[in-house]
Amino acid sequence: MKGLIGKKVGMNQMFDDKGNVIPVTLISLGPCVVMDIKTMEKSNYSALKLCYEEQKEQRIKKPLLGQFKKAKITPTKTVKEIRFSSDKEIEQYNIGDKIDISIFEENKPVKVTGITKGKGFAGVMKRWNFKGAPASHGAHENHRSAGSVGAGTDPGRVVPGKKMPGHMGNAKMTVKNLQLMKIDAENNIIAVKGAIPGCTKSLVIVRQD
Amino acid sequence: MAKLNTDKIQKEFEKQYLREKPLDFVVGDTVDISYKITEGEKSRIQKFRGIVIAMKGSGAKQTFMVRKMSQGIGVERIFPVNSPNITDVKVIKHAKVRRSKIYYMRDRTGKAASKVN
Repeated sequence: MKGLIGKKVGMNQMFDDKGNVIPVTLISLGPCVVMDIKTMEKSNYSALKLCYEEQKEQRIKKPLLGQFKKAKITPTKTVKEIRFSSDKEIEQYNIGDKIDISIFEENKPVKVTGITKGKGFAGVMKRWNFKGAPASHGAHENHRSAGSVGAGTDPGRVVPGKKMPGHMGNAKMTVKNLQLMKIDAENNIIAVKGAIPGCTKSLVIVRQD
Repeated sequence: MAKLNTDKIQKEFEKQYLREKPLDFVVGDTVDISYKITEGEKSRIQKFRGIVIAMKGSGAKQTFMVRKMSQGIGVERIFPVNSPNITDVKVIKHAKVRRSKIYYMRDRTGKAASKVN
């Protein structure tokens, strides 16, 4: 598993070899700089600490700035750790290395992680795809209600995990098995088939096996 | 790092799918479209002749709608302007119209349905 940090650009479309229209999401990825390497021996897991998007020094918190100085790299807005399955995959990298889009392969599935758009306090129809109540036949003032939330005296309580209204969105979400349609190494852009979580310019992590 | 200019990136991406030679017709024209159809291994060219009644979108996403009368029944087809399957579009007849979408053609019957003005 390898990955990079990037930003969602937005959706577009492209044509495949047969001339079919394919909906794609464009993502601006990397290049990312390696800040730290975590190995099995040292930390009991394998990961790379990656930095994305340069930032002025005065805008970085002091503890984080110390980490940048130690690694001798320019400060960045975002620092994220990306897990790798084994030490073997990260052997080739040193602290300060730049990783760019070329690590990905075309026509292979990727996982995209992002923060979904916030929907606020949402009812059960929007949040859990409930059917709601009838529009007519005597129904009134409860067209979008959830209906019953459980049985009677036995068990005398609502079962834990019952789907109810509440806050929806603005949560971390991963979409798996999105086909990587195109890589533009020159501009650091990739095109992924289908939709990905989040709004335009929101931070995403793209990973590929 | 420079700010992410999504608009520029989108336009740059669309550029690679744009037609080398833009199709030259306007709404109201009667056109003859040669469309490549692939069935298994073989591919053949299918013709579709009708009146362009609408154009939608811009850039690589632009599409146009063609309407024809087939045995008294209206048939409408939407083509992507930049589809690689469109090998040729010939303008048979030009007609000047005052609307950008001439959906009023749908209400016409008989001989009037097959010509704009």
